[in-house]
Amino acid sequence: MTEILLLMVSAIFVNNVIFARYLGICPYLGVSRKVDTAVGMGMAVTFVMTMATAITYVINYAILDKFGVQYLQTVMFILVIASLVQIVELILRKVSPSLYSALGVYLPLITTNCAILGVALLSIQNKYNFFMAILFAFCSALGFTLAIIIFAGIRERLDNADIPEPFKNVPIALVTAGILALAFMGFSGLVK
Amino acid sequence: MGAWKEFSKGIIAENPVLKMLLGLCPVLAVTTTAINGLGMGAATMFVLLGSNIVISLLSRFIPSNVRIPCYIVVIATFVTIVDLLIKAFSPELNAALGIFIPLIVVNCIILGRAEAFASKNGLLYSVLDALGMGLGFTLALLILSSVREILGNGTIFGISVMGDIPPILAFVFPPGAFITLGVMVAIVVALENRKKAEK
Repeated sequence: MTEILLLMVSAIFVNNVIFARYLGICPYLGVSRKVDTAVGMGMAVTFVMTMATAITYVINYAILDKFGVQYLQTVMFILVIASLVQIVELILRKVSPSLYSALGVYLPLITTNCAILGVALLSIQNKYNFFMAILFAFCSALGFTLAIIIFAGIRERLDNADIPEPFKNVPIALVTAGILALAFMGFSGLVK
Repeated sequence: MGAWKEFSKGIIAENPVLKMLLGLCPVLAVTTTAINGLGMGAATMFVLLGSNIVISLLSRFIPSNVRIPCYIVVIATFVTIVDLLIKAFSPELNAALGIFIPLIVVNCIILGRAEAFASKNGLLYSVLDALGMGLGFTLALLILSSVREILGNGTIFGISVMGDIPPILAFVFPPGAFITLGVMVAIVVALENRKKAEK
């Protein structure tokens, strides 16, 4: 039980995908202008990351390991993620139009989100069992959602701030992210 | 003249990191020391060169509605080659770059150049484009990692340069990465604005 709790705290706060692992910076900077879109992106990432990790985990141990073709890992994983995103998009459109319209625009963007591939690879590297791998992916995604929502809240305020000309838009966003990362460093040492 | 332009645009005018803000994850993650920055730059440049060559040669045979998966397979193949080469020849670099070597696959610079340039241009221009973009990426990584290594560790390429001045440890950690990159982008924007004002 403690192990599970530690994994959750570690994935959400201590080793936050954005602030400690630097994964998924592109969508983080790209879709964080409004809190609403940030929530949508966070949900889409949570959904796809959990599913992608579950499927790649099975493929890794049932196919790649069994036939000794570990060197195909990168090729295999990225193809699985790309097609998974497509399938999820198709199924959602059919099964749950309301969820589809909420996540719709963010789904295609996720293929190039390195956090998805990164977390899938990390859960293999860390030698988690199946349950822990899924929990790790889910909590990492929650960490991403938390980070992007906080950041979007700050950026909405920044629109009204008097920022020096060269710092407008992306530079100030990066500096803000830096200060947020500094705050998140306060969690380090909480869990090894 | 055209050839020179294709080569040089990636280095400054369309620098993938500082101007177009592509592929920021590895940029922030591996630039703790100048050596790591250089290693990542070289690895990315190799993949970029390989994928640009293959894609510009194959672009006539790839049906346009399945082109993205095809590009991804080509890119992933070159990433696997780099991954295995680094593992074989430089275990230290492999340990330092870690997961960011397989993640070159999702680096938007590479897919971006394949889609926007290599698929529409001939072999020579695609090679020049890859070299220019790769150099621009490496240059940005080298500057960022040098600043971070000097401020955060007091060294550059492992040689001590700051004497007795204590290093600011935060620059080795994530906050330093974000803030340094933010200031670098701001400097580029400021220089550009001044250039425009002069005209």
